[in-house]
Amino acid sequence: MTSPLLEVKGLTTRFRTERGTVTAVDDVSFHVDPGETLAIVGESGSGKSVTALSVLRLIPNPPGQIERGEILFDGEDLLKLDDPGIREVRGNKIAMIFQEPMSSLNPALTVGLQVAEPINVHRGTAWTKAYEAATELIGRVRIADAASRLNSYPHQYSGGMRQRVMIAMALACAPRLIIADEPTTALDVTVQAQILDLLKELTRETGSSLILITHDLGVVARYADRVAVMYGGRIVEVAPARELYARPKHPYTSGLMASVPRLDGGGRRRLMPIEGQPPDLASLPAGCSFGPRCRAILDQCRAARPELVQVGDRHSKACFADV
Amino acid sequence: MSDALPQVPANEPILRVEDLKVHFPVTKGIIIQRQVATVKAVDGVSFTIRRGETLGLVGESGSGKSTTGLAVLRMLTPTAGRIVFEGQDIAHHDGAELLEVRRRMQMVYQDPYGSLNPRMTIRTIVGEPLAVHGLDADRKATRDKIAELIASVGLLPDMADRYPHEFSGGQRQRIGIARALALEPSLLIADEPVSALDVSIQAQVINLFMDLQERLGLTYLFIAHDLAVVRHISTRIAVMYLGRLVEIADRDELYQNPLHPYTEALMAAVPVADPEVEAKRPRTVISGEVPSALRPPPGCAFHTRCPRVMARCKTEQPQLREVAPGRAVSCHLHSN
Ligand SMILES: Nc1ncnc2c1ncn2[C@@H]1O[C@H](COP(=O)(O)OP(=O)(O)OP(=O)(O)O)[C@@H](O)[C@H]1O
Ligand SMILES: Nc1ncnc2c1ncn2[C@@H]1O[C@H](COP(=O)(O)OP(=O)(O)O)[C@@H](O)[C@H]1O
Ligand code: SF4
Ligand code: SF4
Ligand SMILES: [Mg+2]
Ligand SMILES: [Mg+2]
Repeated sequence: MTSPLLEVKGLTTRFRTERGTVTAVDDVSFHVDPGETLAIVGESGSGKSVTALSVLRLIPNPPGQIERGEILFDGEDLLKLDDPGIREVRGNKIAMIFQEPMSSLNPALTVGLQVAEPINVHRGTAWTKAYEAATELIGRVRIADAASRLNSYPHQYSGGMRQRVMIAMALACAPRLIIADEPTTALDVTVQAQILDLLKELTRETGSSLILITHDLGVVARYADRVAVMYGGRIVEVAPARELYARPKHPYTSGLMASVPRLDGGGRRRLMPIEGQPPDLASLPAGCSFGPRCRAILDQCRAARPELVQVGDRHSKACFADV
Repeated sequence: MSDALPQVPANEPILRVEDLKVHFPVTKGIIIQRQVATVKAVDGVSFTIRRGETLGLVGESGSGKSTTGLAVLRMLTPTAGRIVFEGQDIAHHDGAELLEVRRRMQMVYQDPYGSLNPRMTIRTIVGEPLAVHGLDADRKATRDKIAELIASVGLLPDMADRYPHEFSGGQRQRIGIARALALEPSLLIADEPVSALDVSIQAQVINLFMDLQERLGLTYLFIAHDLAVVRHISTRIAVMYLGRLVEIADRDELYQNPLHPYTEALMAAVPVADPEVEAKRPRTVISGEVPSALRPPPGCAFHTRCPRVMARCKTEQPQLREVAPGRAVSCHLHSN
């Protein structure tokens, strides 16, 4: 067995808000193997982004704080690094791609400068060389006419092209792990397919791992090797993608599967929604957070919180019921 | 429930849009505005909706879906074309005539946050259309009517005196639907009504749309970019690209046998929520992005991205042509 590239253990991240302390990520554990794509799915507010930001220690403090846990990258605990240490990891070993590329690009600088900068900083490569590398990267993310496009500013690029630039920047230092947080949510479907195909192809080429955060079960089905499902700040189920879709074992996961319309679906079949609403993290129910919406709820679910336990080959869930 | 509605028999067209054009001027200059260009947001769109059916309108961002919806509702005045609603061309109605049309045609918006006035109670919001149309004179009847509307979208009676911020996205969308139903319209235009909602909540609202249609015999123009949602809810689907309809067909026909290369590309781009199916699906990803509506390509607007482009496509614009009953496509591959 290969040892995991990233291993997160008992990660707990809290925010102090007007409404009290919110545990956005609550005792979350998962791992990512070298070369694999792990999808993290969940509805808005389930803690996907906070998980990603915690891994890179980008949680704004205040109001946020990583309270507990270990984030082992290549065996080294990122939570124990000093500031220069974690900066060295960001961008160089782990890169992040966000949903809105415009907010991560500087509107006043040319694209070329922004792609070349991390190469210059992290690798200590001379500017002219870094610029050459940037030209090559822009070509690799299939932006036609790379050399001349480098002198353009971000606003002169389309949404899809900006996201390609973000991927180029993420690839600049050949990271071993890329975390993409809803990278295509703002894009049209044909462009979404182009961008995710590109990301997948490039990670395959370089052997880097990918954490793909999304709320789209179609995207997960197409691109993920394994899937972690989050609900109310916790991982409620983890399994290889095919296994998860064929045999979901947590009532929330099976509820999600039954509630999405399928492109190839037999048409006007009635969807089975999950009743109720996602939980308010500031006032979670006792016991299982999914309890109020769960059709399988047992007495014990109201008293104790289910832990994530293995229920099959590479398959774990946090639920008392035997589904 | 109501009196003297213009009766349209089932399966009759309730709405017929003919060669609809909506062009926007693009102006430059701050003090003296000069028109420097024209955006042809909708440029020659024709379709029919029969009573009781759901026409899905799909297409990528900027293709003209919302503009089409707004023109049909007459929130915009069309540049050209006819909008025949319940037998009357409403394209140039105004004043009282338009107010009357608006009783029969209502809109549900995408943004469940922005479209509800935060300072009004749910009761006021849902009852507002009744007040606007002067139908709230009988206070008891109005109260009952609002209670009935609130119940019909699955909300609880005691929610009526609360404010929008106290509700979740899905609940706010229900409130928006209740308001749209207040005047007992025959046609509901829904522009991305579930796009802002989480999947588990989306399903609740989609089911609500379908239940209401069955119960009240409503007709829908359902605008969305999510093809899986549109396939689920629609009886027929129209596909737009850069202001024009490229294909219109029955739901299953369109998915199983797309005729237009753009329809085919769109279907291929959308992943199916099943890894087994995805592993086996042929994958053809078209390149490029939708060109600017300010400068649409000449000839067939899709020719810059079309995998099957031919010489004539670059100069000659294909016309929407009926290839089978209820099935039309605009592509030189299908124009004899
Ligand atoms: N008031 C306006 N003035 C000028 N241009 C406009 C106006 N409204 C829309 N447009 C342009 O018309 C085109 C069609 O816009 P529309 O909003 O109908 O697209 P859409 O298909 O609804 O897109 P989306 O999926 O992003 O909602 C776009 O190019 C848009 O920029
Ligand atoms: N900067 C912040 N301040 C306060 N609360 C936050 C902050 N960032 C995230 N949260 C809260 O953490 C929870 C999880 O958020 P997030 O991880 O962004 O969810 P998602 O799964 O949609 O990515 C939410 O309840 C959110 O409101
Ligand atoms: S632990 Fe209980 S309430 Fe929670 S998901 Fe399982 S059965 Fe449902
Ligand atoms: S008309 Fe030509 S370019 Fe346009 S869709 Fe048909 S084949 Fe492609
Ligand atoms: Mg997020
Ligand atoms: Mg729109």
